[in-house]
Amino acid sequence: MQGSIRAVLLLIITLVLPPAAVAADIDTGDTAWMLTSTALVLFMTLPGLALFYSGLVRSRNVLSVLMQCFAIACMASIVWMAIGYSLFATDGGDAQAFIGGLGKIFLVGVGVDSVEGTIPESVFIMFQMTFAIITPALIVGGFAERMRFSSMFLFATLWLLIVYIPVAHWVWGGGWLAGLGFMDFAGGAVVHINAGVAALVAALVMGNRKGFPRTPMPPHNLPMTVMGAGMLWVGWFGFNAGSAIAADGSAGMAMLATHIGAAAGSLAWMCREWIRFGKPSMLGIVTGMVAGLGTITPASGFVGPGGALVIGMIGGIVCFSATQIIKRRFRIDDSLDVFPVHGVGGFLGIFLTAVFAAPSLGVFSGLGLPEGATIGSQLGVQVLGAVAVLAWCGFATFVILKVIDALLGLRVSSDEETEGLDIVLHDEQGYNL
Amino acid sequence: MKLITAIIKPFRLDDVRNALNEEGVHGMTVTEVKGFGRQRGHTELYRGAEYVVDFLPKSKIEVAVDDERVDQVIEAIIKAAKTGKVGDGKIFVTNLEQSIRIRTGETGDEAL
Repeated sequence: MQGSIRAVLLLIITLVLPPAAVAADIDTGDTAWMLTSTALVLFMTLPGLALFYSGLVRSRNVLSVLMQCFAIACMASIVWMAIGYSLFATDGGDAQAFIGGLGKIFLVGVGVDSVEGTIPESVFIMFQMTFAIITPALIVGGFAERMRFSSMFLFATLWLLIVYIPVAHWVWGGGWLAGLGFMDFAGGAVVHINAGVAALVAALVMGNRKGFPRTPMPPHNLPMTVMGAGMLWVGWFGFNAGSAIAADGSAGMAMLATHIGAAAGSLAWMCREWIRFGKPSMLGIVTGMVAGLGTITPASGFVGPGGALVIGMIGGIVCFSATQIIKRRFRIDDSLDVFPVHGVGGFLGIFLTAVFAAPSLGVFSGLGLPEGATIGSQLGVQVLGAVAVLAWCGFATFVILKVIDALLGLRVSSDEETEGLDIVLHDEQGYNL
Repeated sequence: MKLITAIIKPFRLDDVRNALNEEGVHGMTVTEVKGFGRQRGHTELYRGAEYVVDFLPKSKIEVAVDDERVDQVIEAIIKAAKTGKVGDGKIFVTNLEQSIRIRTGETGDEAL
């Protein structure tokens, strides 16, 4: 209570007075890189992920996916500015282990000269914002081609507030996982496990698309998906190397590890598919790329290139199986395979970080474990964190969906689903050929 | 007058068009269609989701010819369109009741 009264007073006072100038202690190199990284990560969502996802759905739903990504990007930006950043980054007092405070709602006090580390705070806010944008956008894949826009929009907003922001605070904002030495360099848990679990829950709660799995629903525009994949690969350099929050060797090594992870994941999936089904496919190799990147993400700043090679390969190999299991064995319509690729990849990466961060693995050595940790002890922390994120995300996502279902309904009707969301929800056609 | 409808493999279209030209048939209508007879479709695989696609792309050519030339035209089409493999297509011949050239109003054989 005290904290929020203080926050409101602060808000009123600071709206009246100009923001205090802080001695500019910024490193221009770090700042330049972080400005660039921010742009790269936003580019991953718009249009990278948007193209990747929309190429995979049927043409009658292409706009609905693009619209979801775009609208989520806009919503997340405003929410982050209004309250997200404050809850993520500031001290939450007694609740600091789980959530931050309201000291910076609407970014009060953040001025041109505000500094966070060696970069302007505005840049730090923006960089973190792009992560808050892409994570809910990833979930879209789990409920593609059947969710009402209004329900989706409300869901994404509530999910951002209730799941993403607290988890981000736990891991990167000084919360309890940070306190335990949980290692997640760029978002294996915060982004990938979170989005993957949420997508799986959404697919289960909402049910399969009409006709799944017997009716063919092939991607309508794979070239578009591949374009998106290229943008994701390049953008991921901002995602991982940018998470060094510095223009230095750490960023360079993270970029190297990220890239090797992508290449290894792509080839691993391609080989598995070639062996299992007889031909390598375009969709397969780009999915392997995403799997490799998702898996290397939490490890990227902690491992060396040798470790990244192994991590990427394992990501490609394991996520391939996970996709088959979810789709074919369990017949769960996680339409764009968010859980088997991002979720499983995220888990894998979180665990493998503990192993390959160790500096005693010869050519596979990493950059070191936290003070006093061993591979075994760190693995324990990693597992604990991953399970905690899974549990909170799974539970909260379920509740949010059920509440929205009661208020607005989640799915379009069966006829509407057949006709296509673009016409039904947006009065538009993707292609007027 | 007869309407000859030929459904052929798309890559044979140019050969058939040239063969028809040589027979003195200079007008035709071509549509892109999908279909199958005895030719089996193919399988597509997307991240483990397997689909059998029955329909194959074909080209449909429609030409109107006078009764005297029907047999030669059919022979020319067959020669140009045939590959010897399953899926070469079919030719249908139907009676054409009337034919009119819009610009001049000519009817019957003069309109062909």
